[in-house]
Amino acid sequence: MSVLVFTENWDGKFKKLSFELVSYATKLAEMLNTSAVVLSIGPVADEELRKLGNYGAAKILNATGDGLNSLDNQSWVNIIFQVAEKVDATVLVLSNNNTGKALAPRLSVRMKAGIGAGVNGLPKSTVPFVVSKKVYSGNAFADLLIRSEKKILTLSQNSFELVEKPGTPEIENYPVSLDPGTLKTRVKEVHKQTGKILLTDAEIVVSGGRGMKSPDNWGPLIELADLLGAATACSRPVSDEGWRPHEEHTGQTGKIIAPNLYIAIGISGATQHLAGVSSSKCIVAINSDKDAPVFEAARYGIVGDAAKILPQLVEAVKEIKGK
Amino acid sequence: MRILVCISNVPDTTTRVKFVENSTKLDTGGIQWVINPWDELSLTRALELKDDPANNIQQITVAHVGLAGAEPTIRKALAIGADDALRVNADPTEAYFVALQLANVIREDPYDIILCGIESSDYNGSTVGGMLAEFLDIPSVSAVSSLNIENGEVLIDREIDGGKEKVTASMPFVAIVQKGIAKEPRIAAMRGIMMARSKTLKVTEPVSTEPMTEVLEFHMPKPHAACKFIDPEQPKQLVELLHNEAKVI
Ligand SMILES: Cc1cc2nc3c(=O)[nH]c(=O)nc-3n(C[C@H](O)[C@H](O)[C@H](O)COP(=O)(O)OP(=O)(O)OC[C@H]3O[C@@H](n4cnc5c(N)ncnc54)[C@H](O)[C@@H]3O)c2cc1C
Ligand SMILES: Nc1ncnc2c1ncn2[C@@H]1O[C@H](COP(=O)(O)O)[C@@H](O)[C@H]1O
Repeated sequence: MSVLVFTENWDGKFKKLSFELVSYATKLAEMLNTSAVVLSIGPVADEELRKLGNYGAAKILNATGDGLNSLDNQSWVNIIFQVAEKVDATVLVLSNNNTGKALAPRLSVRMKAGIGAGVNGLPKSTVPFVVSKKVYSGNAFADLLIRSEKKILTLSQNSFELVEKPGTPEIENYPVSLDPGTLKTRVKEVHKQTGKILLTDAEIVVSGGRGMKSPDNWGPLIELADLLGAATACSRPVSDEGWRPHEEHTGQTGKIIAPNLYIAIGISGATQHLAGVSSSKCIVAINSDKDAPVFEAARYGIVGDAAKILPQLVEAVKEIKGK
Repeated sequence: MRILVCISNVPDTTTRVKFVENSTKLDTGGIQWVINPWDELSLTRALELKDDPANNIQQITVAHVGLAGAEPTIRKALAIGADDALRVNADPTEAYFVALQLANVIREDPYDIILCGIESSDYNGSTVGGMLAEFLDIPSVSAVSSLNIENGEVLIDREIDGGKEKVTASMPFVAIVQKGIAKEPRIAAMRGIMMARSKTLKVTEPVSTEPMTEVLEFHMPKPHAACKFIDPEQPKQLVELLHNEAKVI
C-alpha cells in the first residue's frame, strides 16, 4: 500500500506546487500508516529529483523515454496507472492545475477510484474517507465521502503549507517505451510564458478592475506588483476590453487562484469575480465606493481614488523594502 | 460530421446558495437554472463552426443527464440553435455517474467531436469531460481555448501551466473547453424559440452503477472578520499592517 503523488516538471525543474504536493502526500501517508511515492514523467536530473526528498518522499520513480516531452492524456494516464498498480497505491494525489485536471478524471475511470477534486486540506477522516471541497464557486463547502477502495485527490494550488522532512529518497528510473506514431494528440507549437511570475503560482497578486479607468493607468499597479514580487491580474471586463491580456482574467470564468495576498484595485467584487479569488488568505480592496461588495470579502480596505492611492502605496512599499 | 455538446444545468451564477434537510440538500426554492456558462460557449462555438459549410457539420446535438425539471434548459439550448437533444433521465448525483451515462448514449450513436465545459459551476468538479473520454477510450484535450477545422483537421489551442500549445487530435475526441472558445454566448432569437418546440428531445433511461462518492453535508464558509478600513490619506498604514499584522509582505 502507498500514497502515489504525481508531479510534472517544467523543463526539468520542479516548482513550489510540486513540493506542496509531496508535503501533502507525506502527511496523508502518515494518516494511513504508509509512505509516499512520487512519480515524475520526463527527463529530470537526479539532483532535482532529490529536492522532493526534502518534503518526505520515500521513493521517487522517474519515468523516461521517447515521446514524453508533451502531454498526451492517454499515454500519460497509461504510465500513471501502471505505476499506481506497481506501488499498490490506495490514494493518488495530483495538482488541481491544468495537467491534473486533464489526467485525474481519466485515472478515476481507469482505477475505479472516486475523486475529490480541488481539495485544500487533509481528509477529515480516513475511515470513512471524507474530504472537504469547495462547491458552488466557493459559496459553500461540501464534506465528500469517497466510497471506492481507491481514491484520487487533486490539491488546489497554494493551499497546503510546505513541511520540510529531509530524507534520502530511493530514486528509481522507470523506462517507458512509447511509439510516438501511436499518439492521438500531437503538439504542433508551444508558446511558453517566460520571465513573468505565473498568476497561478504567485503568492501575491495585484489586480485591477474597471475602476482603473483606462489601460494607460496600469503603470503604478505594475510597479507595485514588481516591488512585491507579485503577479498582475484583472477583472473580466478589463480583459474583455483588451486593457490587459486574457491570461490575467481571474474569476469564475477565468483563473481561480489562492494567493497569500490579493490586492483588488477598482474592482467592485461581483460574485463571479470573488469566485476566483475568495480562497486568498488575505484580500485587500481599494475602491472609491464604500458600499462596493468587495469590502465584504476584504480584510483590509481603503475607500478612495485608486489613481491617488496607488503611487503612495508604491512609495510605502519601497520604504519597507528598503529600496 | 456530428458534434455533441454536453450541458449541465446549474444555478444562475449570482445565486446565494442555501441548504436544507440538515445541510444535506440544496434549497432549490427561488433558484434560477441556467445552462452552465462554459457549455453555452461551447454550443456557440459548435454553431459557429456549423455556419461555415466548408466544415461539413451536419448535426449538433446537446446531451444532458438530469431529471425532467431540466427540460427548460435543454429547450433553451435548442432555441439557441442545437438541432436535437438527448436527456438521460436521472438525478446527476456525481460526475462518474454522469460520464458513464453519457458514454453509454454516445456508444450507441457516436459523434466526431464531443464538447464539455471545464467545470460546472455547481460541484466544480472539472471531471466529467475526462471521465467520458476514458469511458469511451478516446483522446481528450483539456483547457481548450480555441477550436478550428482546417481541411478536415482539427486544430486546438490549449492552455498549459505556463503557456499555450497548438495541438491536433484525431477524431473522435473530447474537447474540454474554457475561456476563449467563443466570445459571447449566442442568444436565442424568437424564431429559434418557436422552432425549439418542434425539435426532437429524446429521453432515455439510465444504467445503474454503484456510487463512488457522496456529499454528506454542506457548510457555509466561515464568516470572516469585518474589513478593517484604513485612512485614505495614510495608505502607508496599509503596508505596515500587511507587513506586521497579516505578515504577507
Ligand atoms: C456568467 C458570468 C461569468 C462572469 N465571470 C467573471 C469572472 O470570471 N471574472 C470577473 O471579474 N467578472 C466576471 N463576470 C462579470 C462580473 O459580473 C462583473 O461584471 C465584473 O467582475 C465587474 O468588473 P469590475 O469590478 O472591474 O467593474 P465594475 O463592476 O464596473 O466595478 C468598478 C469598480 O471600480 C470602482 N471605482 C470607480 N472609480 C474608481 C477609482 N477612481 N478608484 C477606485 N475605485 C474606483 C467602482 O466603485 C466599482 O466598484 C461574469 C459575469 C457573468 C454573467
Ligand atoms: N448532468 C450533466 N449532463 C451533461 N453534461 C454534464 C453534466 N454535468 C456536467 N456535464 C459536462 O461536464 C462539464 C464539466 O462539469 P463538471 O465535471 O461537473 O465540473 C460541464 O461543463 C458539462 O459539459
